[in-house]
Amino acid sequence: MTRTCLFALLSHWRRNPLQLITFLTGLALATALWSGVQAINSEARASYDAAAATLDEGQYDQIRARGDGEIALSSYIDLRRTGWQVSPIVEGEIEGLRLIGIEPLTAPGGFTGVQLDEQVSLGSFLSTGAVLIHPETEEDLSGNLFQNMEIVTNRNVTPGLAFTDIAIALELLQRERFSRLIVADQQPLGRGILEEVAPDLIVQKAEHTADLGEMTDSFHLNLTAFGLLSFAVGIFIVHGAIGLAFEQRRGTIRTMRALGVPLGKLTVLVAFEMMFLALIGALIGVALGYFVAASLLPDVAATLRGLYGADVTGTLNLRTEWWASGLAIALLGAFFAMTGKLWSIARMPLLASAKPRAWVIATGRTRLFQAFGALTLAAAALILLIYGSGLTAGFVLQGCLLTAAALALPLLLDRILSLLQRSSRGVISHWFWADTRQQLPGLSLALMALLLAVAANIGVSTMVSSFRLTFVEFLDQRLAPELYINVEDAAQSRALDAALEKHARESLIVLSTRSEAAGLPVEIEALRLGETYRENWRLLDGSPKAWDWMEDGEGVLANEQFARRAGLWTGDRVTLQEGPEVEIVGVVGDYGNPLGQLYLDETLFLSIYPDAVPVRFGARTDDPIALRDILTAELGIPASAMTDQAAVKEFSLQVFERTFTVTAALNVLTLSVAGFAMLMSLLTLADLRIPQLAPIWALGLTRQKLGQLELIRAVALAATVCLFALPLGLALAWILLAIVNVEAFGWRLPMFLFPFEYAQLWLYAFFAALLAACWPALRLARTPANALLKVFANER
Amino acid sequence: MRQIGTTLVFPLLETQSLLELTRIEKSFVGNEGKIPVLKGVSLSLAAAESVALTGESGSGKSTLLHIAGGLESADAGTVKLDDKDFSHLKEAERADLRRKKIGIVFQQFNLIPSINVAANIGFQARLNGEFDAAYIDHLAETLGLKAQLQSYPETLSGGQQQRVAIARSLAARPKIILADEPTGNLDETTAGVVLDQMLALVSETSAALLMVTHSSTVAARMQRKVHLSGGQLT
Repeated sequence: MTRTCLFALLSHWRRNPLQLITFLTGLALATALWSGVQAINSEARASYDAAAATLDEGQYDQIRARGDGEIALSSYIDLRRTGWQVSPIVEGEIEGLRLIGIEPLTAPGGFTGVQLDEQVSLGSFLSTGAVLIHPETEEDLSGNLFQNMEIVTNRNVTPGLAFTDIAIALELLQRERFSRLIVADQQPLGRGILEEVAPDLIVQKAEHTADLGEMTDSFHLNLTAFGLLSFAVGIFIVHGAIGLAFEQRRGTIRTMRALGVPLGKLTVLVAFEMMFLALIGALIGVALGYFVAASLLPDVAATLRGLYGADVTGTLNLRTEWWASGLAIALLGAFFAMTGKLWSIARMPLLASAKPRAWVIATGRTRLFQAFGALTLAAAALILLIYGSGLTAGFVLQGCLLTAAALALPLLLDRILSLLQRSSRGVISHWFWADTRQQLPGLSLALMALLLAVAANIGVSTMVSSFRLTFVEFLDQRLAPELYINVEDAAQSRALDAALEKHARESLIVLSTRSEAAGLPVEIEALRLGETYRENWRLLDGSPKAWDWMEDGEGVLANEQFARRAGLWTGDRVTLQEGPEVEIVGVVGDYGNPLGQLYLDETLFLSIYPDAVPVRFGARTDDPIALRDILTAELGIPASAMTDQAAVKEFSLQVFERTFTVTAALNVLTLSVAGFAMLMSLLTLADLRIPQLAPIWALGLTRQKLGQLELIRAVALAATVCLFALPLGLALAWILLAIVNVEAFGWRLPMFLFPFEYAQLWLYAFFAALLAACWPALRLARTPANALLKVFANER
Repeated sequence: MRQIGTTLVFPLLETQSLLELTRIEKSFVGNEGKIPVLKGVSLSLAAAESVALTGESGSGKSTLLHIAGGLESADAGTVKLDDKDFSHLKEAERADLRRKKIGIVFQQFNLIPSINVAANIGFQARLNGEFDAAYIDHLAETLGLKAQLQSYPETLSGGQQQRVAIARSLAARPKIILADEPTGNLDETTAGVVLDQMLALVSETSAALLMVTHSSTVAARMQRKVHLSGGQLT
């Protein structure tokens, strides 16, 4: 019996391949975008974990030299002698690779992140010299680097990083001093006091080290939200396809029951059939997701490097967590989409009407439920807006708002169509609007999907474009110097400073150190105050006299990130870890930077960090080429150490553009999925429309005219949806800019409107709707007359 | 034939009921409250007997047929098929009984649109595990469906679809066939042909036949005729 029943059930799909395609494609698309995003996230997280484990970031306290200097061997020996359990680290760049030298005998357990014994013995690590790198890094290695060394590859090592014994690293980097010391968890009680043993060193607490995972959470949450949105749109398609399959098989199910198939068995078989198909769709989706992730990952890696300095591998691994979660969520989604239908089968009286209905007509109860849901979610959004805080609250607010709008859409459209129906005078237009209203329940899921996709596009494009405008303006302010020059040591720095004094209109320094203030990690930056800062830097908070107060050493500036995180604004006082308490005299916008910063006048900075030497300068000049030549001639600074403003700007903008490549790609994909949802809804409805259209055809409307009306209907509905999508998208943009961005990055961006972009998006949406309606309309226009006649012959 | 002790007892087919409906009551709730449709209807059918059930529209003929087939439950009364009372059986047990002992022919054919004619005819027989290809071939031959076996229901005429439904109802060799106006949708000539074929095949199987019909011509072809009026049989 099971085989016979399954054969009959599955034969439906063979006879209705379009529905099968809809079902599988919907689920595959939903799963693809979801699992693709999850794949990217899990790959990135694995890279952070590897980085954290390898570099020990966030796990152990570290000892650093004040002012970002290096640590002498003597200081290290003094600390060990007085009982400090510390292990030296040396790190530096070599041929574009970050080389880290460790001392394995003193390194705390688990510090290396890679178990040496697994692949390379401690003996060979110390004696013959072994270097641990990521397999991807090995591919990019130049031939001469690490010559005569054993190269060991391990996926747990962060890409772009090489890991070797400290003696070899010191030799390769041509250094004599250490970069930092790792402090083991267990320290003897009677150890010496750091300030007495090595007064030039400070301890940096583990919790103050930047945690990449935490910093990038917002980025991944953003991706996840996109993935979820796409998944929701995909599930709409699946829901529609399942609904239609059930509706069309009501008759078959009734007949099977009448012929003696028990209801329980039938329900189990239908559930099995659906889950089997869902599994196929989900597997296709996971495979597609792999390709989506693989193609987006390089851009994501660039984004994370640009925004957070986080190194993420550019190649994708098939990790269980993402493909299994992709399969699980797809099957769950399909299961929920079919549960209601299964329930209706279980409750369907055996002799219930078997006539195919053009979808379940929205009953008063369903409408009431939708209205109640929309109002509840809108109220929840309002409460979150007023009382909510944190990134998650921001995303939940978005979710509530979008779902409320989606639920309200069919009700609003119904009201509008009802008005149009009442106000129409011609008989055809009256029928047209009434018929459109009748189609609404069948199309509402596709229209909801379109609303969400267009609103998300408007919201995200407003956010990105506002960001771009602000960022470009910000770059113009910040990158005022026409030429940037790098030097290698203190002597060169002094010589360059003197030369710039003579040849440049104004010289600026790039000098900073990491410290902490108000209990937060902070970057202290020195500003050589002059006309440039006064003219270009825009204060978000504070009086114009701030510059004078700073110059007098009476105050400091803070960036918005620090002000928000510490809750300290103009007029508040802050104590620097190594220095005095100072007043914040102003707050500046600092976009694209995850770190909190405090800006001190150069004199005040040097009084606190006397050993600090600027190794990067900015020069204001009318003739950067001439200045470049002079500096090369006088100081022997190579051309490669000098960068002009345009190149820096171009690089910064490149980083920015790549940052949003992924967002743009996901935008397009979501809109495409919504267009597909509409196409499938219209196509599947088209078959059920024949009995409704046959009488109209018989009364004198040609099939061509009916096809044209179908096209007009799709475009009219899409236009109305787009109209609703605008305020919703703008609300979304506002939430992204005023809540999510502030929580995620620590800065608030001004919101700009981009009517041209919206108009363009509307055109795309119309085009998608038109394209989606074309095929069904064409099919209708070409419907053979006998297919329409069969309706009257009761032979369908 | 059953053996009891050492005596051979031949069942008295003429007198022993195959289907026995006793004091069946059924009401529906309408706008004007509860409307009784069947008021204590009793009816019995012997094996191989054919009975026409006539009555005005809305008199409850189809309801009585559905109750006889276990498709619908009665409010009161008992339904026995082959000595087994199934009026209080669970859904799965009733389905089992229907699958094994009852063949149903609906007025609207109710074929499965996604499978071809051959699969439709053999459907119930396959459900029972009693698929007999030769018998199905014989049914198709007799009903003039040989050429249509690979076609799908939507491509057939009304008469052809009803023939497929009749073949399906017979293919599982049921003990009784319940037919709800099987020729009601067909023209007079086609109806006559289909009825001839149906009766010939039913008599071959010795199955009982309870047929709801409006047509006096059709009713006259049955061995017995009962009329339902005012909720009771006359």
